[in-house]
Amino acid sequence: MTASHSADTQQPLLQIRDLRKFFPITAGVFNRTVGHVRAVDDVSFDVFEGETLGLVGESGCGKTTTSRCILRAIDPTSGQILFRRKNDEIVDLAKLTREELQPLRAEIQMIFQDPFGSLNPRMTLFDNVGEPLLVNGMTNREERTDRVADLLKLVGLRPEFMHRFPHAFSGGQRQRIGIARALSTNPRLVVADEPVSALDVSVQAQVLNLLLELQSRLGLTFLFVAHDLSVVRHISDRVAVMYVGQLVELAPTKTLFSRPRHPYTSALMRAVPVPDPRIPVGEVTLKGEVPSPANPPSGCYFHPRCRFATDRCKVEAPALREPSPGHFVRCHFADELDLTTAF
Amino acid sequence: MTAPLLSVRDLHVTFGLDEGSVRAVDGVSFDVLPGQVVGIVGESGCGKSVTMRSILQLVDEPGRIKQGEILYRMRAANGQPETVIDLTKLAKRGPQMRAIRGAEIALIPQEPMAAFSPVHTVGDQIIEAIQLHHTQWVPDGSGVSRAKAREIVVELFRDVGISMPEQRVDAYSWQLSGGLRQRAMIAMALSCKPRLLIADEPTTAIDVTTQAQVLALLRELQRKYGTAIIFITHDLGVIAQMANSVVVMYLGRVAEQGPVDAIFHSPKHPYTRALLRSIPSIVGETQVALPTIAGTLPHPFNRPTGCPYHPRCDERKGPECAARVPNLQPVDQGQSVSCFLHHDSSDTQ
Repeated sequence: MTASHSADTQQPLLQIRDLRKFFPITAGVFNRTVGHVRAVDDVSFDVFEGETLGLVGESGCGKTTTSRCILRAIDPTSGQILFRRKNDEIVDLAKLTREELQPLRAEIQMIFQDPFGSLNPRMTLFDNVGEPLLVNGMTNREERTDRVADLLKLVGLRPEFMHRFPHAFSGGQRQRIGIARALSTNPRLVVADEPVSALDVSVQAQVLNLLLELQSRLGLTFLFVAHDLSVVRHISDRVAVMYVGQLVELAPTKTLFSRPRHPYTSALMRAVPVPDPRIPVGEVTLKGEVPSPANPPSGCYFHPRCRFATDRCKVEAPALREPSPGHFVRCHFADELDLTTAF
Repeated sequence: MTAPLLSVRDLHVTFGLDEGSVRAVDGVSFDVLPGQVVGIVGESGCGKSVTMRSILQLVDEPGRIKQGEILYRMRAANGQPETVIDLTKLAKRGPQMRAIRGAEIALIPQEPMAAFSPVHTVGDQIIEAIQLHHTQWVPDGSGVSRAKAREIVVELFRDVGISMPEQRVDAYSWQLSGGLRQRAMIAMALSCKPRLLIADEPTTAIDVTTQAQVLALLRELQRKYGTAIIFITHDLGVIAQMANSVVVMYLGRVAEQGPVDAIFHSPKHPYTRALLRSIPSIVGETQVALPTIAGTLPHPFNRPTGCPYHPRCDERKGPECAARVPNLQPVDQGQSVSCFLHHDSSDTQ
């Protein structure tokens, strides 16, 4: 992160505080609740204005649930989601009713993973991209046509494509259409859930470039959810790592990749195959399976798979601490371990 | 030089549709040496999966192998010497092809969830395969009893690192996690001691930490049994870790092939070079524009003339690129390229 960049990212746009989302497990004829899946368990972080925060973790770690809670696609069990509106008023998204949320929807938008499933195949691009505008009160068709044309140009598509249907487009083009739709309401926060993981390598590079360009042109704030560490590293200012519903580490991208403090983060990085046959294959440092969030281990959730675990880790759950400014980690031994990577 | 185990020669596969015919595979040739890992890279629609399905004779209608040979060296059995047979000449549903699938050439599919039947236990499905190809275990043809086959499955599960194998044999596929299911799939693929394993994006659907475990397992099993592997993936990182040699495909043709080190450190074809540049690296500069490949993949009905890559190529040589189709020519030690920058040989078309 450059100095100038950190200066304009001082103000948090989004503050997540103690967010929890538990899904009940029911059994029997009367659907008695017999337990909970702790999908998101006490997660707190900030997203600063104009930055990209990467959210990584394995499947089932709660990264998608967290992003869905922010969009209120699902209702969180407890916690606060504080969003700073255009007029600097701070609202708690977790407490608002559907009606109260309505005016805020335009400010927070989403880009989906699957470019084939997220566009309505029976609607033209004009309708797909223009629907959010219509919903938000732009009823004049000509005005909408102009806006959709501008949006298509913005994402690198020709405005003439407006009257075609999604099936005429490739995966990368469809993802551009999805981005145009997300940008139609001039959002300030864009939640992108695995936006490039369904794309081919060459197309992935094009879409990543587009996202970077749009961010600098429009001053967007991204919450970028992904599992591909090299993609997240490429696009993010800061990266948050989740494990079994908890945030285990959060730091500026370069710091996190050069000096991770949580053993899980370091193991995750070592697992990424490096595209160079001359770099010898490291040994597999992470063995076993991710525990179920319905029945997490005692103490530190990571202790059964951790190389450095002690007796203390088995009984005492570590709290999220800030051992150096801006670097948060949930590990008892974050200060003692030397996890420096090759990156 | 050792004789290849599998040799694909000038393979053409077309899909005849109402709108016209699609040349999915358009003259592909490559060799797989015994015990070697060949990585096949390419983007969607490059024909890598169709090539693999052709080897197993599993191309669905209206797809048809139009031309070319797939030569497979059968192992010596019952005192008979090794024979080379052309798989394209065998009947799709004939006894010979059925004896080869599973026992000689096995497939690890991309989606283990879809590949296992949900109404039979994984153990039963593997036992069925072992009993079907019983001569792989008991060469005299007296068959394998169910109890014996079950023992073999437990042993295989232990081999692929499934904990509590005795219990897991009786599990249904939907009771297993993604990593375990993929391990069970690998156990099934190995259950009849194949000499060639085709792994079609075996780690795409699983997490990076599980992927690391599965790749380590495949490397270990490959060393232990000397199985040759054709590894299909779009992840260049996985290729760099797994393969001895690499085949880069574009629009149904081989753009370049060679030893893994040459492909990554001195790529010759403009497409290979562009592909390598476009991946975000875990060590490079961040938040800068990545070099991209101009344009998009052409529609299958709208194949470019000449070199299929020429409309997107940033190192285009001249008018010959649009006029003639370059063929695959050796340029360096074990490395072959189909590009006029390196030779002037073309297909007569």
